[in-house]
Amino acid sequence: MKPWRQPGFWLPLLLVLVGGGVALVLRKDTLREMIFTLLMYVALASSLNILMGYTGYVNFGHIVFFGLGGYTGFYLISQHGWHLIPAALAGGLASALLAALLGLAVLRLRGAYFALATIGINEAARAFVNNFGPFGGPTGLFVNFAVYREYGGAPQALWLTYTLMVLTTLIVVGLSYWIKNSRFGLGLLAIREDEDAAMVMGVRAPTAKTLAYVVSAFFPGIIGTLFFFKNGNVEPGDAFRLHMSIEVLVMIMLGGNGTILGPILGAAVYERLRGYLLTSPIFKSLHLAFAGLALLLIVLFIPAGFIGWLRRRFPFLRRWLE
Amino acid sequence: MSIPSAQVLALSFGIGTMLAALAGGLITTFFPFTILSGSSYQSKSFVICVLGGLGNPLGALLGGLILGAMEGLIPIALPVSWVPVVEFTLFVLILLIRPSGLLGAQT
Repeated sequence: MKPWRQPGFWLPLLLVLVGGGVALVLRKDTLREMIFTLLMYVALASSLNILMGYTGYVNFGHIVFFGLGGYTGFYLISQHGWHLIPAALAGGLASALLAALLGLAVLRLRGAYFALATIGINEAARAFVNNFGPFGGPTGLFVNFAVYREYGGAPQALWLTYTLMVLTTLIVVGLSYWIKNSRFGLGLLAIREDEDAAMVMGVRAPTAKTLAYVVSAFFPGIIGTLFFFKNGNVEPGDAFRLHMSIEVLVMIMLGGNGTILGPILGAAVYERLRGYLLTSPIFKSLHLAFAGLALLLIVLFIPAGFIGWLRRRFPFLRRWLE
Repeated sequence: MSIPSAQVLALSFGIGTMLAALAGGLITTFFPFTILSGSSYQSKSFVICVLGGLGNPLGALLGGLILGAMEGLIPIALPVSWVPVVEFTLFVLILLIRPSGLLGAQT
């Protein structure tokens, strides 16, 4: 079965490519900033979906990989003068390494215990970085303006960051399709349905779960480096923000847990809605209250999310909405 | 078994919320308090529950006492800002080594 013949494969990729390409063609700065944030959440949600959607392990600490990878990459750029691309890869690898170390231990826990442990890891990491001298402690790190010279000025550096973000998002989305349809992904889905039964049937659950955790942790590291490079500074409060983890969870639940199109649509809808709520004079301080309300309503009425609901209601769409 | 489980859960949730509100009211009498203060108590209450054992009332008491003592004693050896690092590292370690907590979880 050729993946590019499947609409479920190229539809999400096309969506990301068109959405990301518009700003590259029009070269508008405001549009680029808007789509950068959008793509960041799409990529974060899709990468979390690889763990949460496929194996059913609810991870409240996804943002720890974003923060840690971002710090590693930013440290290499600002203190050692690395180029953005190797620094981003190093950030991703640092996150993946942390996930590999934690994975085998933490993923033995199930249900509420796993969720609590992920919150604990995030809080421990934030408190640690707050005290860690090389990462600048509570004030964080700044980038010297001279580093932009390597890229031909700050505007070029921002466009390069944006292009890399589009590429990263494409890779995350493509990879999540590939994993879902591979033998490995089928093992993960079996773990979600019944872990003990899956182990009896020959799925190596601990290895498979850890691998899923590592894959889902690699991308936030890259995204974190890109995001903080664009911002020009990094602080513990921004890097390990627990409610950002929760917002990414809401995005996945909104679009459809375990689907490929779901996190993309969920992230886009939630992010645009939040943009509206933050700027509208009536709702400006209520956007988090809205996130909580949305999660509550989704869990109560459409637990499968928007795409999951569509797939159940209109079975002929299943080929299109993977 | 004709136990109205939704009602029982709602009642236990209500009692828990009531006690938390009571604790909050008492805390405001001698600590500075803003709308954002809740999150630090929230994460500490996770640590306490797990430390003593989830579902064990005596465990919660013991966990609370241990955490309170730790917050007072750690600054003797380390700078104050390291307290949350120690607390949350301990939290993760307990979850990994003994998920049932010090006194054992009651199910």
